[in-house]
Amino acid sequence: MDAPILAVDELCVAYGKVEALHHVSLTVRAGEIVTVIGPNGAGKTTLLSAIMGVLPRSSGSVAFLGVEQGDVEVERMVALGMTLVPEKRELFGDMSVEDNLLLGAFMRRRLGHRDEQQTMAEVFGIFPRLKERRGQRAGTLSGGERQMLAVGRALMAKPRLLMLDEPSLGLAPLIVREIFHVIGNLRKTGVAILLVEQNARAALRIADVGYVLETGEVAMSGSSEELEGNPRIVESYLGLGGKR
Amino acid sequence: MDIQIALLLAQDGIVNGAIYALLALALVLVFAVTRVIFIPQGEFLAFGALTLASFQAAKVPGTLWLLIGMGIAISIIELASSSRLRGGRRRLTFALGWNLAYPAVLAAIVLLAKPGDWPLVLQVVLALALVVPLGPMIYRLVYQPLASASVLVLLIVSVAVHLALVGLGLLFFGAEGSRTPAFSEASFSLGDVTITGQTLWVIGASLLLIVGLYLFFERSLWGKALRATAINRVGAQLMGISTTQAGKLCFLLAAAIGAMSGILVAPITTIYYDTGFLVGLKGFVAAIVGGMVSYPLAAAGAILVGLLESFSSFWASAFKEVIVFTLIIPVLLWRSMTTRHVEEEEE
Repeated sequence: MDAPILAVDELCVAYGKVEALHHVSLTVRAGEIVTVIGPNGAGKTTLLSAIMGVLPRSSGSVAFLGVEQGDVEVERMVALGMTLVPEKRELFGDMSVEDNLLLGAFMRRRLGHRDEQQTMAEVFGIFPRLKERRGQRAGTLSGGERQMLAVGRALMAKPRLLMLDEPSLGLAPLIVREIFHVIGNLRKTGVAILLVEQNARAALRIADVGYVLETGEVAMSGSSEELEGNPRIVESYLGLGGKR
Repeated sequence: MDIQIALLLAQDGIVNGAIYALLALALVLVFAVTRVIFIPQGEFLAFGALTLASFQAAKVPGTLWLLIGMGIAISIIELASSSRLRGGRRRLTFALGWNLAYPAVLAAIVLLAKPGDWPLVLQVVLALALVVPLGPMIYRLVYQPLASASVLVLLIVSVAVHLALVGLGLLFFGAEGSRTPAFSEASFSLGDVTITGQTLWVIGASLLLIVGLYLFFERSLWGKALRATAINRVGAQLMGISTTQAGKLCFLLAAAIGAMSGILVAPITTIYYDTGFLVGLKGFVAAIVGGMVSYPLAAAGAILVGLLESFSSFWASAFKEVIVFTLIIPVLLWRSMTTRHVEEEEE
């Protein structure tokens, strides 16, 4: 079997003396959608930030594309093909949709690739709404459109691993469904996806593998069918009428 | 006052205003991207002008020693830190090339090639080549290790850098002022008013620089990356835009703008080692008019400062600086009433 795209082993992260992640291990393979679910404050965002190199790690290792990444910088991870869509989107509000997308390809341009117009056409194919709004300032977009732009901007980097932090946050149910539909379809493009979500039902529906993170530790993991059938998961995260 | 004097004063005000506008744009740029209030901006004006004047006096400008010294300091830091970072070898070669080899080459040119006999254009190019790299070097030495410090700490550090540079300026160039020859001796008369060629040079070059900056920010990838960093630092970092590189680029632009404005005004005004501070402060007043974020408002503010200064020097010359700096009070009042307070994004 190929080396996994991402292998996190016994990762610990601390904020000062408070440890936010304890010995977390997880694996993402090519073409796979892996979701990390769990309650607020479980350390999901911390996990993504530590993988991306935004936060320093206290111990444990992260291997990306089969190579262990020691003391990393964010730019280096981006150059290697890792992209994070953060919880707050972090768009460039005063710039146009098109410029936001273009900057998504910043690292590819620096590495000498000149295919951003073609990639942009692909992103417009996935999110036709962005094409209509291409000249508009990102700050004037609706919540759903902003999320589309955040995902589209990340795709402009042509990542090997796309990490999404709470893409459903603050969005209307219909939009959530649309976004998750798109995420599910991205699998076909071959990108591996690590999806962090509080909306466990939507996340498990499109994911292959799920991890449950509780107070900084992996409490449970398995295929998404297993997790969906697990009575504890049903009770804590899916609520009544878990099967729909 | 008759119309002729008014026109003369206006011409003066616009010329000075153009220089303030350049400095104000540099201040806004540096602040927006790095949150540094760059007090030493004016020193680049003085260094640019005085370095050029040194060449013309067939002297070796002290800025050469500063460049060599900072290059050595940075090289030591890079050598010490390269063992800890991945991919350090290539980065190290690059850093040593810029910080040791480049100053060495310039030193060879300055000491051996006798730039005193060169034509003015080449002297200008050499002066820029000496002074402009000091910008990113100062960023690397002073501000990069403080990238996460608060605006106030960065401001205090800026004051320190300013004092250090003014001191070095006195050491390098002495206490007497210098003037350089005009770029062109031509002059035109418009009715009763004479317009010198240098006036047109200052205004034209300033406009050209402003248009160039506008195109850079609107069209080029790096320009957009700098704007993105100014708007959202976290978002820019996640795109792979390095905060450090953005910072160095900003300081490079700021130093270039500063040195060029110095070279532009040196034929009109006598420049002393400490002239930069006052000129920089007036640019700062203009930048405040733009709230440290708006480029067009800062440029308009600069013209206002220039006109205010020249007209008040006619009516109340003893108070001309007071009047200019007092402008800041109504501007701040107006801004605090019309704009909402933006919280600093830091946690």
